[in-house]
Amino acid sequence: MTSRLGLSGNTAAAYAVRQLDVDVVPVYPITPSTTIMETLAQYAADGRMDAEIITVESEHSAISAAAAASAAGARTFTSTSSQGLLYMHEVLYVTSGLRLPVVMAVANRAISAPINIWNDQSDVFAERDTGWIQIHAESVQDVYDRMVQAYRIAEDSRVRLPVMVNYDGFVLSHAHGPVTIVADEEVAHFARRVASPFRLDPDSPISLGAIVWPDHYFEVKYQAARALEDSRRVIDEVQNDFRGMTGRKYELLRPYMAEDADFLLLAIGSVCGTIKTAARKMRSEGLKVGLIGLDVYRPFPGKELMRLIGGAKAVGVLDKAFLPGSMAGPAYTDVTSALCRYGVNVPVHDFVAGIGGRDIKVEDVQTMYRVLEKAKDNARFDREIHYVGLRR
Amino acid sequence: MPYRAIKQLPAEEYLAPGHDMCAGCTVPITVRLLTRIAGKNTVVVNATGCLEVSTTPYPRSAWKIPWLHLAFENAAAAGSGVSAAFKVLKRKGLTDKDVKVVVLGGDGGTADIGLQSLSGAFERGDDITYVCYDNEAYMNTGIQRSGTTPFGAWTTTTPPGLLSAGQRTWKKDLMGIVIAHRVKYAATASPSHIIDAANKIEKAFSKGGPAFIHFLQPCVPGWKIDPSLGVKIARLAVQSGLWPLYEYEDGSVRTTVQVAKRVPVVEYFKLQGRFKHLMNRPEELTLIQNYADGLAAKHGYGPLVPASQ
Repeated sequence: MTSRLGLSGNTAAAYAVRQLDVDVVPVYPITPSTTIMETLAQYAADGRMDAEIITVESEHSAISAAAAASAAGARTFTSTSSQGLLYMHEVLYVTSGLRLPVVMAVANRAISAPINIWNDQSDVFAERDTGWIQIHAESVQDVYDRMVQAYRIAEDSRVRLPVMVNYDGFVLSHAHGPVTIVADEEVAHFARRVASPFRLDPDSPISLGAIVWPDHYFEVKYQAARALEDSRRVIDEVQNDFRGMTGRKYELLRPYMAEDADFLLLAIGSVCGTIKTAARKMRSEGLKVGLIGLDVYRPFPGKELMRLIGGAKAVGVLDKAFLPGSMAGPAYTDVTSALCRYGVNVPVHDFVAGIGGRDIKVEDVQTMYRVLEKAKDNARFDREIHYVGLRR
Repeated sequence: MPYRAIKQLPAEEYLAPGHDMCAGCTVPITVRLLTRIAGKNTVVVNATGCLEVSTTPYPRSAWKIPWLHLAFENAAAAGSGVSAAFKVLKRKGLTDKDVKVVVLGGDGGTADIGLQSLSGAFERGDDITYVCYDNEAYMNTGIQRSGTTPFGAWTTTTPPGLLSAGQRTWKKDLMGIVIAHRVKYAATASPSHIIDAANKIEKAFSKGGPAFIHFLQPCVPGWKIDPSLGVKIARLAVQSGLWPLYEYEDGSVRTTVQVAKRVPVVEYFKLQGRFKHLMNRPEELTLIQNYADGLAAKHGYGPLVPASQ
């Protein structure tokens, strides 16, 4: 039995959390993720969800309590945005380093200063390398579906890593969209629990979080990094099973009119919707453009990406985040390192746009495609970032 | 039935010998006592610090009960997470155990960097017993002052010099802060007064809500003391009035160990290298003696009896 509801990204995430029989939810309010915790608190108050909601005093404690509850064998969820995610920074590493399958929803938002509550992806990119599996949603449906998939991935014995489900603040967290819901019992079956042998159990005591000296540290960190790399196989399996259950297809990457495209944009999140509109427009004008949504960002699907962009004449990477002083946006650095690693020779350009809630309009995307078209015969790489929609 | 003798304490040990704590360290006394009373169905959450690094050098561990360490400032929050997890897992039939959650942090991890998460856990009424082992400075990093370092003490960041007599601030009133949260139970304790401490631990576990025990822990390198004198020095701290033993329960404070004849603070200080520079600084000594007199009066201690010559 499926049903269709009108939900915001936040309420869709909360709806999934309820269906997933989550045990412990430590949360702290921050715009624009707050309505997730409000919804969960109401579920608990109404007896619709049997979970311990811990209204902690900070995001640092939210992720700490989440990691600890997970260590005790509980299925654990938290959510945050922006400064809250940054405040969690050190414990994000602890969570992945201890292989704790926490799931966190992040409604992406710009970071201070200047303070700004609107969307970009600077927050998640600041935490890109914390060892978490990082998945991005393009629509409210994606938010729900990725949440349903998340614990299956996180708790798999081959993975045992935390999962971050990202979606653009306000654009997806607050805007309502139609969401096809999976029945409670189907979700329960799909995401059934796997008891971890590595939990705080008085009958089989373990020490978790020991100090590891130079003779073992490298190996322990390598194992976690290896598990993150290899998680793509499990993500594939879970996506396939999910497709079997719902008919909805998810992959590490989301190509759109990419197969024969001369000019490809790579982008993350809700802006893909705008890009598709622009792409259709430009296709009708005869320009062969396409899009690849970078849905699963960690582990970075470099190999799969190279297969998809090999035939393009020029590629543009749209970054909704800065890496000040690095000469590039963050996704650009990952894409270019994949190009070098796999020896793919395609000109690649970097667009930074949509910062701090600045709209990316269809015309902005058309501008990006035109840059690619114009630049295709020139140097392989631009010398500069293209800031689109910036006044200067 | 309160404990009256050491031989009445549960015998089963949960901190194995062979750990790397310093010879003469008083912290294992506290931990052994705590875990013997807590028993098997206990999870220990440890803040970063001496105890954490010295008991778990991977792949070895001294802990015979489940033990968790996440970071420095979040032990109370981690305790809340473990406590909530067992509560809900039991409700859902996924465990059949009632698990005690014991959080252990040093003075830095509790009163300074960890104060926020401690406050959160206590204010929420989470079911944890938090034990602060207070050795009065950041000992694990090599003896830097903390908020609980006593007035006048040498540390590497409060060195006595031409312009300084050591730590210039008074020990943070951590018990006062904890009591302000209206926890179910709070107490001070000392490794010199084992039965007093044992009964406080037992009480803390019986409350079903946030409980706090604040242990004073003489530290061999940090206090510059003879490794054989830790317990004696802890006793002198009590007898001088600088470390009164009391408990907070049902809204009121009760002194649990009376001192009929107080010893001057200098008797406590002279066994410790960290106060050596004060021996020829009578002004500071007078200030500290007055401070101890005030604490003693609050707890109804007897008169000061100068050391016999």
